[in-house]
Amino acid sequence: MARTRDESSPLFAGNAAGTLRLIVYLALAVVLMVLDHRNGWLWRLRYAASAVVEPVYRLAGLPAAGIRTVSVAFADRQRLTEQNQRLREDLLLANAKLNRMAAVAEQNQRLKELLDTQHSLELNVQLARVIGVDLGAYRYELTLNMGARDGVKPGQPVIDAHGVMGQVKEVLPTTSVVMLITDPAHAIPVVIERTGLRTMAYGSRDGDQLSLPTIPLAADVRAGDKLLTSGLGGRFPPGFPVGEIRSVAPAATGMFLVAIARPSADLDRSEDVLLLHDLAEPDGPPAPVTPMGPPAGLAPAGAASAAAPATGGAPR
Amino acid sequence: MNRQRLSLWWFVGTLVFALLSMLVPLPGVLEPFKPYWPALVLLYWSLESEDRVTLGLAFSVGLAADLLNGMVLGEQALRLCALAFIALRFRSRLRFFPMWQQALAVLALLLNDRILLLIVRVLAGASLPPASWWISPFVGAALWPFLFLLLDDLRARLRIQ
Repeated sequence: MARTRDESSPLFAGNAAGTLRLIVYLALAVVLMVLDHRNGWLWRLRYAASAVVEPVYRLAGLPAAGIRTVSVAFADRQRLTEQNQRLREDLLLANAKLNRMAAVAEQNQRLKELLDTQHSLELNVQLARVIGVDLGAYRYELTLNMGARDGVKPGQPVIDAHGVMGQVKEVLPTTSVVMLITDPAHAIPVVIERTGLRTMAYGSRDGDQLSLPTIPLAADVRAGDKLLTSGLGGRFPPGFPVGEIRSVAPAATGMFLVAIARPSADLDRSEDVLLLHDLAEPDGPPAPVTPMGPPAGLAPAGAASAAAPATGGAPR
Repeated sequence: MNRQRLSLWWFVGTLVFALLSMLVPLPGVLEPFKPYWPALVLLYWSLESEDRVTLGLAFSVGLAADLLNGMVLGEQALRLCALAFIALRFRSRLRFFPMWQQALAVLALLLNDRILLLIVRVLAGASLPPASWWISPFVGAALWPFLFLLLDDLRARLRIQ
């Protein structure tokens, strides 16, 4: 290194200019942060630079995917057999339940047709895979390998086999970011299955818990109670499992009960997730009720055929 | 000429690799132990090759990091700028510290970095992180001697500056 040491003092070289430049850069950074916080530029910029950003995400996801592959390749036979057995049993059980449900669903469908409503029990879902990328949000986010090009929209609920995981927060052309229900900034309206009490479940700072800080003191809530989505607010459709209450204690203020719940979804283990396409009713007042006519069976032929395709749960 | 180009590629390559390592997730238990790689690599280069590392470079590396994983644009630019400034200011002294002292200095720099991040996040309205969030600077400082020796050794082998 042939460096010329002609500065007056090499220990404090370029002091004034350095400090001035530091201040300029820091001010620039602060201005950027404030503007971004106000306007949300970051995601627009990410969207614009997606040609660069997304391959980097895929690249960074490779080690996690590689470890998964290696662990499958080297997993011992017995464990795989056990897992296979367990999955088979689960499938059998699920199928049995489904068969029983099918009859009920059929009946429900018929009754609903009789009432001429257009809701259906069918789920319109899309399978997505989790990309292992650390987005700096401390385990409150997931990255999926589906994006705007696959029809993903912000706000779509994300579930796995066991329950609600979260909702899509940001969408890039071929990837999307999911905000988990355990994010401290997330809240989900829930109903307690046993008693029908409606309340809110917030994320918590510890990362793998939900907290329900506003349960009335007189309410009947116990550890072990199951939480379902209530469907209020219109973001999450009703009836999906959210979590199970672990403990209930009076709040520090003494005005409410605070419950801690464990999410039912495998938030940190799921590799495949389902994106729900049937959004529940949008925010705001409900759409005006269509004028009541006679039930579909009794309606004139033209009206019945017009209502028929809508009952199939078409995507929006 | 070729040697110069190689050394430039090596310089850029290490920085890109640091950004990539920042994105790679660790299994849940180890997550809080992940050091802030871009800061460590940038520190190495600011100690070893002063004429390449400027505040502008630190700012652009930070912007790239923000673009890849960030809560707000400019956050990591701010942190890396502050880090590079302190490192460049005390460069001549830091270089001649024995390794353990250097590691302590790195610890102080990384802790300062975390405090800056905390201030930014709290001002942006995020909640306070859990206690395990403070482990990362210590891991970074513990890894520093190894990272330094490894990068120095590789540089000597490639015979580049």
